[in-house]
Amino acid sequence: MGIIRASKLIYDYIRRDEDDHIEEVNRAIDNMTVDIRKGDFVAILGHNGSGKSTFAKQINGILLPTEGTVWISEMNTADDSHIWDIRRTAGMVFQNPDNQIIGNIVEEDVGFGPENMGVPTDEIWRRVDESLEAVGMTAYRLKSPNKLSGGQKQRVAIAGVMAMKPECIVLDEPTAMLDPNGRREVIATLHELNEKEGITILLITHYMEEVIDAGRVIVMDDGRIVMDGTPREIFSRVKELKSYRLDVPQVTELAYELRQSGVELPECVLTMDEMMDALLPLMKDRFPEQVRLEGER
Amino acid sequence: MSIKAENLNYIYSQGTAYEQYALKDVSFEITDGEFVGLIGHTGSGKSTLIQHLNGLLRANSGTICYNGENIYADGYNMKALRGKVGLVFQYPEHQLFEVDVFTDVCFGPKNQALPKEEIEERAKDALRAVGLEERFWRQSPFELSGGQKRRVAIAGVLAMQPEVLILDEPTAGLDPKGRDEILEEISELHKKRHMTIILVSHSMEDIARYADRIIVMNHGEKVFDAAPKEVFAHYKELEKIGLAAPQITYIVHGLREHGVPIADDITTVEEAREAILALLGKTDSTKKRSGKKGVSKRAEGKAEQRS
Amino acid sequence: MIREITLGQYYPVDSVLHRLDPRTKLFGTLIFIISLFLANSVADYVAATLFLILCIRLSRVPFSFMVRGLRAVIVLLLISVSFNLFLTPGQTIVKVGFLNLTWEGLRMAAFMALRLIYLVIGSSVMTLTTTPNELTDGLEKSLGFLNQIGVPVHEVSMMMSIALRFIPILVEETDKIMKAQMARGADFESGNLIRKAKAMVPLLVPLFISAFRRATDLAMAMEARCYHGGAGRTKMKPLHYARRDRVTYLVYVVYLAIVIVLRA
Repeated sequence: MGIIRASKLIYDYIRRDEDDHIEEVNRAIDNMTVDIRKGDFVAILGHNGSGKSTFAKQINGILLPTEGTVWISEMNTADDSHIWDIRRTAGMVFQNPDNQIIGNIVEEDVGFGPENMGVPTDEIWRRVDESLEAVGMTAYRLKSPNKLSGGQKQRVAIAGVMAMKPECIVLDEPTAMLDPNGRREVIATLHELNEKEGITILLITHYMEEVIDAGRVIVMDDGRIVMDGTPREIFSRVKELKSYRLDVPQVTELAYELRQSGVELPECVLTMDEMMDALLPLMKDRFPEQVRLEGER
Repeated sequence: MSIKAENLNYIYSQGTAYEQYALKDVSFEITDGEFVGLIGHTGSGKSTLIQHLNGLLRANSGTICYNGENIYADGYNMKALRGKVGLVFQYPEHQLFEVDVFTDVCFGPKNQALPKEEIEERAKDALRAVGLEERFWRQSPFELSGGQKRRVAIAGVLAMQPEVLILDEPTAGLDPKGRDEILEEISELHKKRHMTIILVSHSMEDIARYADRIIVMNHGEKVFDAAPKEVFAHYKELEKIGLAAPQITYIVHGLREHGVPIADDITTVEEAREAILALLGKTDSTKKRSGKKGVSKRAEGKAEQRS
Repeated sequence: MIREITLGQYYPVDSVLHRLDPRTKLFGTLIFIISLFLANSVADYVAATLFLILCIRLSRVPFSFMVRGLRAVIVLLLISVSFNLFLTPGQTIVKVGFLNLTWEGLRMAAFMALRLIYLVIGSSVMTLTTTPNELTDGLEKSLGFLNQIGVPVHEVSMMMSIALRFIPILVEETDKIMKAQMARGADFESGNLIRKAKAMVPLLVPLFISAFRRATDLAMAMEARCYHGGAGRTKMKPLHYARRDRVTYLVYVVYLAIVIVLRA
């Protein structure tokens, strides 16, 4: 039994005209069944409008299923009496860093969640200290959020969620508005929380480089899950990914192209090191005099 | 067409404790038909720089000449300049305001006080150039998808028929396919309409693919200004200022460091593929486009070592 | 220019004043304002000056930050000074046309100027040493009694706090949209009033849309962090008076007494 489960989930955005007649129905999620294990690092990929953000909002009950069921730690999101337990179990970080920070001072923002939950003051302070430490923002605790970089703001937002002691964090395109350095900061923080604190991470993104280190990758298209596997399994299917308006990192693409042209490379190359390890022996065969393999330097 | 900037200095909060150089002695000249990539980490001064080129910000010292005319001269027509040097801001869809797409795109040419027919002609032309289908033209811009809104906003600047188009991270927040589509359209504008393009981007891969010249900014100063292959060859310096080279550059340099005689000026996937295939003696059966760069002349000889 | 608004800009250092309960500071500001309106003698102003200097020294905020707020009221200051200078009847010093500069006018103008300047600096001392959140907390608690007559004190103070957080963001956004429209040839400066008002449409529409989008996002983010109004909420920084607050209140009483005694 996973921490996040959805069964035959359907969600329709319904647009009504002034007289409350249904004008248009848009199916954002179409019969989705998924089970996410506790402690996993799961990435959900999909182009804009593939339904991935709608799914994120289902997880903590911001949206409720049109049909089907979503359970968070065995609590049904449609059950009103559990709504606050669900929200504290599955914390959420959104895309725009500015629009989710409530406090005027970093530490006060981190304390916002626990305050709402009615946590005693001493405990709030302990949690704020721990959360800021966990995301590496302790040095900025007295700063105004407006003075931080995008990556730092997102780390504050993550700390704000951590202070609610969640079991899992859902991040809805947390890096879409950041520069490359900010993106790296945020992704590194997530991996650390996943490894050290055992927090289940559900990362929604369309940056391919960010999902290479995930434990599992789910690809969504048209409200459905179309691919599901390890990054290696997913990235070996370059053509299929492109058909879903997605892409692969340059190394992977190069390796794929070379393989198509008959170069004997492994099925899926994800990192620069792997590329080197695969290419150099081939080059060594062609230029035995010049090419040195590792250890021959 | 040419933009010539000489010794630009721009200082924030001059005379206070927060005084800070946003631009420091920046000079360059951009000529007709160039495709320039402008890179630098957040806060390096690149956004400040592009706002100088159409006169939105005024340098504390230094001059900018457009077609040889000093834009800071008395009586210079700044409004006309903004029609010639089109600037598309980051997240440009945030500036949309009209009731429908078409009217919004007309806003720019309308401000240029053109006749009605000309305004509409330009708007149609611009919307076609960004590939927005006609059935969307009479819709409210707020009902469109993110990528479509972005296109409308770019069309809003294109409708002024600028000679130079400056885009500040036009692909921010779009999905991979959306990114490629926008960049391809920009590339079309460059190729077919001979528009001069200045592209600000965080993606070295995109810059490597499209730009034929790169200007690198750091702490308000211009640190590099050269062809992509030359700039990316300095990837170690780039890393020091919070930037990087495209992944391909790292592979090529990695191979070279191990003695593989591959040319050091390769920056895109296509070029790398062709070069590696040639090195491995494979025939390129699925040739897509002719590469301008290939195997180094010394490929069969002794490879030159670079530190 | 817009980036330099100091009102509501907290200056993060650790000082006695920073550590005071926000209610103490709110009340102190009130006392100081009252004292300025009571003051009518040179001795009163000396007392007020000393009190203000004491506060500034204790706050450890650089003086230049205190006076920055004055820029906002400079026009008001000039108007009130010139009105008082020339329109106060009394012993004439110089007379130019209908303008009559009097000794009484000079005195009134000086007091008026000081009153206004001290008012601004005095409030700046409070805002620079108190985080906006503490400030709203202080107001919320001081005005808590209004809850009984149905005023939603918690909600109002939450809104104030959020407004403070978003003012700089929206100011920056205004600047950006304005420039983006100028890049499309918009003209916000020339023309008569009606033209100018019309020219604001391309600025105001995107700004409102953006504000609404931010509000929707923020509401969602707050809900996701279990916000459900003031009921059952605890405080990270609950307010309680310490010894230093009681001492401070004593200082207020003494100060006010001195001002009253020194009145002419």
